[in-house]
Amino acid sequence: MIDRIRKILKDHGRLSKDAAVYPEDGDLYQAGMTSHASVNVMLALEGEFDIEFPDHMLKRSVFESMAAMRDAIAQLTGDKA
Amino acid sequence: MTAGARSVSVGIDLVQLSRVEESLATFGDRFLRRIFTEGEIAYATATPSLTAARLAARLAAKEATIKALDLAERGVGWREIEVTRRPSGAPALLLHGNALAAAEEAGAPALSISLSHEGDYATAVVISLSKENS
Repeated sequence: MIDRIRKILKDHGRLSKDAAVYPEDGDLYQAGMTSHASVNVMLALEGEFDIEFPDHMLKRSVFESMAAMRDAIAQLTGDKA
Repeated sequence: MTAGARSVSVGIDLVQLSRVEESLATFGDRFLRRIFTEGEIAYATATPSLTAARLAARLAAKEATIKALDLAERGVGWREIEVTRRPSGAPALLLHGNALAAAEEAGAPALSISLSHEGDYATAVVISLSKENS
């Protein structure tokens, strides 16, 4: 799942770092992801994994790292992804 | 910062119009419906030449509100923070759902908003002023 998240971050995250090698638990906001970019990442994740993040999951910490996104997606998909 | 018994907090955000146009091109209607209320979409799309600027300013306003009210970890939907317009045309904030609940828990502060755009950028500032003795 992380590879799919990395691809989305590469396409939509506008990171100043290389998403392909950035640490899974690295802070993406520190890597340059803006609030608008995080919206695009959220929309791209929803399309890629056929999910919809409920409002209560729209927290900064859910999109702060690839690991946090993976955990959130796993929660929404029942770990099917 | 405090002013007498009242506390003030501020939030600001800056959004690039061209990035909003990219989001619209990439995600289309899903970007609009997920982030903006029907009223915001109607106002923004009423004048096509200003749609990107109006959406960018409103996106900035939502983020500025999240900062002013410290909602980043609250779990607030983007549509729960709405920019409306007063009869004068000046913008105002209308909170719904969890955003409204969070503001009420914080003592229902008065919120003031200002929007601006120039060239490829739109910005918003939100000021939250608590009630006296809260």
